[in-house]
Amino acid sequence: MLPLHWQGDFPGVLDGIHGGALAVGLGRSYGDVCLLEDGLLLQTTAMNRLLAFDPETGLLTAEAGITLAQILDFAVPRGYFLPVTPGTKYVTLGGAIANDIHGKNHHIAGTFGNHVTEFELVRSNGARLHCSPTDNPNYYAATIGGLGLTGVISWAQVRLKPIVSRLIDYQGIQFHGIDEFLDLTRQSAGIEYTVSWVDVTSTGKNFIRGIFMQGDHSKVPAPLKPSAKPKLVLPFELPGFALNRLSVSSFNALYFHKQIKKRQTKLQDYEPFFYPLDAVLHWNRMYGKSGLLQFQYAIPWEHAREGTVAILSEVAKSGLASFLAVLKAFGDVPSPGLMSFPKPGITLALDFPIKPEKSFKLFDRLAEMTREFGGRLYPAKDARMTGEQFKLFYPQWEQLQRYKDPALTSSFWERVISQEGDR
Amino acid sequence: MSTQKNKSADWSQEPKMPLHGTSDLADAGTVAKNTPPKRILVLGATSGIAEACCKLWAARGESLYLVARNPDRLAAVAAEMRVLGASYVDFTTADLDNTASHPELLARAINSLAGLDVAYLALGVLGDQHKAERSFDEAAHILHTNFIAPASLLTWLANYCAQRHAGTLAVLSSVAGDRGRKSNYVYGSSKAGLSAFLAGLRNRIDREGVRVITIKPGPVKTAMTQAMKGNAKFADVNKVAATIVKAIDKGQDELYVPGIWRIIMGVIKIIPERVFKKLNL
Repeated sequence: MLPLHWQGDFPGVLDGIHGGALAVGLGRSYGDVCLLEDGLLLQTTAMNRLLAFDPETGLLTAEAGITLAQILDFAVPRGYFLPVTPGTKYVTLGGAIANDIHGKNHHIAGTFGNHVTEFELVRSNGARLHCSPTDNPNYYAATIGGLGLTGVISWAQVRLKPIVSRLIDYQGIQFHGIDEFLDLTRQSAGIEYTVSWVDVTSTGKNFIRGIFMQGDHSKVPAPLKPSAKPKLVLPFELPGFALNRLSVSSFNALYFHKQIKKRQTKLQDYEPFFYPLDAVLHWNRMYGKSGLLQFQYAIPWEHAREGTVAILSEVAKSGLASFLAVLKAFGDVPSPGLMSFPKPGITLALDFPIKPEKSFKLFDRLAEMTREFGGRLYPAKDARMTGEQFKLFYPQWEQLQRYKDPALTSSFWERVISQEGDR
Repeated sequence: MSTQKNKSADWSQEPKMPLHGTSDLADAGTVAKNTPPKRILVLGATSGIAEACCKLWAARGESLYLVARNPDRLAAVAAEMRVLGASYVDFTTADLDNTASHPELLARAINSLAGLDVAYLALGVLGDQHKAERSFDEAAHILHTNFIAPASLLTWLANYCAQRHAGTLAVLSSVAGDRGRKSNYVYGSSKAGLSAFLAGLRNRIDREGVRVITIKPGPVKTAMTQAMKGNAKFADVNKVAATIVKAIDKGQDELYVPGIWRIIMGVIKIIPERVFKKLNL
């Protein structure tokens, strides 16, 4: 791992290095898109300078290693917020672009890439490409969701959105079954943020019960103070048996009933609304040493209902515990990114403690079902999909390969493309 | 060449927002203030510790004049300081090894700032000890950048400040200057010379109303120390910067940062030479 400190460090750092390289930010992708075996990882987090900010338009320019947390610390007191945010603020600007991340407002705002106005892409031959929808548009499109393979992003400009308060006008609504979920989705089309937590351990009459969470930025002006730093740290890994079918289904039942009323309304700070897990540093240690596996699909509307029901019954049947199960409807705002994951339909994200035989088998089964229902998986959260599946999910991979920098690669790319090709 | 662009915003029209930096900046305990901005000249502004200090000063709304060698890096640091809220930012590239250029450079900087409250000297190189043991060119380069060049700058600045009976000269030396060790005695001796120079200078001009501050950082996690063994455990640069900024505000004579290094070096200094010469330090 070699840190990049300055925009000019790449590609000079590659001198005398043989084998591939990959720029990584905080490495929070769940799979191997941010890893590279037998290669050089270039860590961007020291290249994190704010370069320009226009308080009139909210356009912010920064080096690619800046984290979303650092952007929020700067922007919130000035009355601005991220246009799109994932479930953690501990990701970098470059990583957000490279994975074309999405958030709870996908149905209105699209992906992160929809708000990236321009950036500079540095290639290993030293070329510095200014990329925007009109300037080097092919590189612009290939880099958004391009998994870091098209070059190193040195800086980027993103359009922030104005806010007048840290607070979110929140409503939590209990639902039972997929149709209640779909009804709530339709009713909330005009609400900016929507997401649902689902209890995936229950079957029978409690099958697909969950809490539909929706919110808008409060319109009532309130002090825009900077956030406090997280205080809770999970100091060590829990033993592997701590999360089992019983403990997780108890958690799920408690979580469902924590909200006693069918509907609960409150004003909530944006931190717990967007980043509930960021409050506990190293929360992943909960899953023990063997860690966790994430799985996320998007299935288009045509098969979204039946696909989601079928996959959730498969998960419930498997008995493999998951208590972070998130269901959301994607909207139809097209991303400028060539390889962007979201498409109109339903997305489901699950995580499981790794139990090699059982969880890998289930994953492979779920991936296959996703394919059958015309859906696709999210590379940023994948560690298992085959090359065949990847090429089917993303037929545009051949275009990405055309814009890929020859010096850059990742364990993910080696797994789904290069090794497949060798066979 | 950097393709970074100067965006159209006019920073000078922004209202002052003293506490609204990043949370790292909030940690520095900076407070809203009504005093006029301090005019701070930063020599070696792209060094990791200097940049971290500048961020704190910028968030407080101070005025900055930045000097460094690499134009792209300097432009990035200057842009950042504008965004963070510095009242005024100007910069020039210069090779500070060239001592003949110092008087003109310093006069230009002070002219640009319309005066001087703090001069912060952060120029320095770690150098290559192994190479310096074999090649006097390398040793001379380390001694020149870390000792001769600061001595030249300080001679001019001390006279400027003493004449006006005002100003603070804050200089990055190092704990490595407290005792020569085989692993880095060329760097260490350059810093030892600098520390001695500063002690004498303080003795001369403190009575004229000029503060001289010797800053002795232990190992800090920055670009300079990135290749050093065990650097993952080095001190956090933002915390170090916050301590330095506070010491400069107070006009403290000498600062070990992190503070534990005062004790560590105290112990290292009292080890008798007949024992010390056999140690691997």
